[in-house]
Amino acid sequence: MTATARRRLLESFAVHAMLLVGVAFALYPVAWVAALAFSGTPAPEPAVVPWPDQPTLRHLEEVVGATAKVAGESGDHEVWLFGRQLANSLVVSLATAIVGVLIAIPTAYALARFEFVGKRRGLAVLLATQMFPAVASAIPLYLILDALALLNTRTGLVLCYASTAVPFAIFQLRAAFEAIPVDLEEAAMVDGATRLGAFVRVVLPVARPAIAVTALFAFMSAYNEFILAATLLDDASMFTLPVMLQRFVGEYDAKWEAFAAGALVVSLPVMALFYVAQRHLVAGLASGGVKG
Amino acid sequence: MLLGVWIALLVLLAPRLGLAAERIRLWHSWRGEEEAVAQALVERFAAAHPELQVELLAVPYDAFSAKLGSAIPFGEGPDVYIDSHERLGEYRRRQLVAPVGDAWDETAYVDVARAAVSLDGEPHALPLSLKSLALYVDDALVARDPEHFEDIVALAPSLPPGVVALAYEAQNAYAHAALLHAFGGRLLDEREQYAFFGEPAQDSLLFVRELLDRGVVPRDADGALVTNLFRAGKAAFAMSGPWLAAELTAEGARRYHVIPLPSLARTGAPLQPLLTVEAVMLSPQGATKPGARALAAMLASSDAARARMDRARAVSARRDIVADDAIVRAFAEQAAKAIPMSSSPQMRAAWEPANKAIRKVLRGDAEPVAALAEAQRRFELIMRPPPPRSSTWLPVALLGGFALWGAWWLVVRVRRPESRQAVRRSLPAWAWVAHAVIAVGVLVVLPLVVGAATSLFGGPPGDVHYVGAYNFVEIVTARGGPLLASGSFWLTLLVTLAWTAINVLLHVGIGVALGLMLARPVLRMRALYRVLLIIPWAVPNYVTALAWKGMFHRQFGAVTGLLQAISAWTDTPIEPISWFSRFSTAFAANVITNAWLGFPFMMVVTVAALGAVPKDVLEAAEVDGASRWQRFRHVTLPMIGPSLVPAVTLGAIWTFNMFNVVFLVSGGEPDGTTDILVSEAYRWAFTRDAQYGYAAAYAVLIFVLLFGLTRGLDRLRARTVARMGG
Repeated sequence: MTATARRRLLESFAVHAMLLVGVAFALYPVAWVAALAFSGTPAPEPAVVPWPDQPTLRHLEEVVGATAKVAGESGDHEVWLFGRQLANSLVVSLATAIVGVLIAIPTAYALARFEFVGKRRGLAVLLATQMFPAVASAIPLYLILDALALLNTRTGLVLCYASTAVPFAIFQLRAAFEAIPVDLEEAAMVDGATRLGAFVRVVLPVARPAIAVTALFAFMSAYNEFILAATLLDDASMFTLPVMLQRFVGEYDAKWEAFAAGALVVSLPVMALFYVAQRHLVAGLASGGVKG
Repeated sequence: MLLGVWIALLVLLAPRLGLAAERIRLWHSWRGEEEAVAQALVERFAAAHPELQVELLAVPYDAFSAKLGSAIPFGEGPDVYIDSHERLGEYRRRQLVAPVGDAWDETAYVDVARAAVSLDGEPHALPLSLKSLALYVDDALVARDPEHFEDIVALAPSLPPGVVALAYEAQNAYAHAALLHAFGGRLLDEREQYAFFGEPAQDSLLFVRELLDRGVVPRDADGALVTNLFRAGKAAFAMSGPWLAAELTAEGARRYHVIPLPSLARTGAPLQPLLTVEAVMLSPQGATKPGARALAAMLASSDAARARMDRARAVSARRDIVADDAIVRAFAEQAAKAIPMSSSPQMRAAWEPANKAIRKVLRGDAEPVAALAEAQRRFELIMRPPPPRSSTWLPVALLGGFALWGAWWLVVRVRRPESRQAVRRSLPAWAWVAHAVIAVGVLVVLPLVVGAATSLFGGPPGDVHYVGAYNFVEIVTARGGPLLASGSFWLTLLVTLAWTAINVLLHVGIGVALGLMLARPVLRMRALYRVLLIIPWAVPNYVTALAWKGMFHRQFGAVTGLLQAISAWTDTPIEPISWFSRFSTAFAANVITNAWLGFPFMMVVTVAALGAVPKDVLEAAEVDGASRWQRFRHVTLPMIGPSLVPAVTLGAIWTFNMFNVVFLVSGGEPDGTTDILVSEAYRWAFTRDAQYGYAAAYAVLIFVLLFGLTRGLDRLRARTVARMGG
């Protein structure tokens, strides 16, 4: 074994060791949530290894099996409440990601490529929106949605989430577009493409990884939000999953085991989504259109 | 003519009015059996009233009053809702509740419940059930019911190791009130004035501190811990409410019974818990609907009370319902001796100061006299008289002047040919951004501007008026108190700045390090690592913040378990740490949690940015013989820098306003010192007498600070870039 090979091996070993430490740090609290979700009756003892006490699936069944009676045209019928809420969460978050990114892409591109009146002020305002804590703006938002007749609708929720996600998405995408050499589009435009055509056919494919990350972020922030969702929605069959989770915490007590079980179920789709989006991201990276 | 129009309108509307079933909305935050009973009752009611369409909504408890407050004033929200009587005073001030009118039955309810739901002699709710603490006795550990509270204490030495004598939330003013009352003290006196001071209060605190020091009562117990200790047979007694009984019905539960709280031999007075009357309330729009009043009356009827008692063990507030179950009887007996909570604003304002004082004394950080005096000052600060009305001519004049100036500026610009040209050149670009401007303008900027304007208003709900810069002056001058006292703006600002700086450093440090490792050309299991490392970001942060809080519990947390394991392994004694009793450790706990939450974002940004770095540049650098650090410093960092900078700026802003972690992990402990500006703002809005204007002023100050901070960061970056480029 040569010295370089040995050094490489040692280095790779060190990298894996560090990554494993990072993974342990990342997983430990989540493992505790999982352990609690499957625990029958936890005995209060300090423990090191997150392992369920008297394992049971009771809490998981309670969360996933939630049903509700809904008044329909042909009398009351039982609906699978959890399924509906899962669908709500997925639809709302997906719509947020799509709407948010669609709003942000042209704007970010314009900010990256054009000079125009109001650009600097617009950017400053955009950044400023991120600085104002939401504590004070919930009630005005409620008023505006009331005026737009969007209260208690998923559309209203999606619009709110998407607009909140847009400033971040614009910043993220603008940086990505700026990193793409102008020559790429100019070459396409010399070949006879319009600005829009060059943008869609040349710039967007190259920016795909950044778009994926941005969409993922918008999806996650919508998927995990519960204050607005709890305030704007007045119908249990429209609730998103975090609102359902919040229901396990009461005035005097909380059903932490059920809460943990719910948290686990709520987190799974996001993890799955990241896994998928990540492949897309890797593919986008590998295609490597950017070569200076 | 006008009459004709009216008649036409009525004719047009009449058929629709006649056909549509009247919609009655009922909101509650019940769970489990209580919710099931409510559903069954409402179904029966709806069947008997086909002309009504009853909608039942279970709202998360945390969101309940905020949701009422945002919906009812706009004519939305419920007609009927269920809440605790102590909120009635606040709800009336905010016009969220109306007198119950003909739904009231003068003779039906026990006296204490009748008094609790009456405001100025007029009933504002129909009492449903009575809730208070009582004493749970574990039959396997206790042979004889205690005659006095001291008997519980005396039992402690004879209990097996690891078993505490009494589990209750000693740090909580709600639970402490029972002991305080036995010492002859009160939280509020008969005239509803703050009264948590004097000898009885001091004695009660010293008494409990001794119980904790002797291990009779567990430290840092919250509701869940009390439940778990008693359920696992690790507490001989528990002082808890009916909700504990609901948890003990599961299989393999211990044999136990419930008795009213005993008396204190030292004073001869009984321990009297606080009493909550759960009641059905009518919103102003609901009170006008006969159907809503009928629904409320049905929920408060004997049949309904009987159903709740049989299935959910609720102690009825009615005279005609007698308990047959032993546990319900014990709670009913206790309720008769309990002290109803006041529904005045003073009561709501008293909790936070009282809790802080109790915690401070029990930690041993202060003697009762000093802690109680501080609590009284805090209370008076919250209840200080509303700010004086300010004349509105100045803002009106300013606004007018500003509008004029804006119009003039616009005219001048339009008349200049070069700016007209600039606008014409901008038109194509504007087409790319217009939709974003509208969306963000209406749904983000507009609410923020309105919210910011709130900061110029003050006064109690119902009497909100323009106060000018009064809120800002009060905050910035710390209301004349010492500028760096706990809870003052300046101290909170220092904590917030330290919090932001440390967190951002950790996020970027850990994130970039992991991102660089993940982006290595050859790495086995890369996808797996990436998915696992992203998990802190994928799990909702309020869940993991709570998980971390549990891990930091002094007695039962995983961190304590780890420390014990290390201690056993290295054979050196390590004391368990009370994480939330000192600023340094509480702050560290918050930082660890937030570092954990935030690094994946920076990691993903780094990975994405590295993807855009041309490989040949890095390879060329390697061939040139550049060291690893040199490569990172002079090639990689400058290349990923532009993508990292916006992420760092945004990360700093988000950390500055990271409410969930601070609120859920340390909760500001100890003594509000770990609170950051945004959690302080939240407390003013939601736990301190709904001072929205004051909270909004905090929000505006946060905005101003962040604006300055980011401008500073921007300058710094520009200078660094210039230096690096040169």
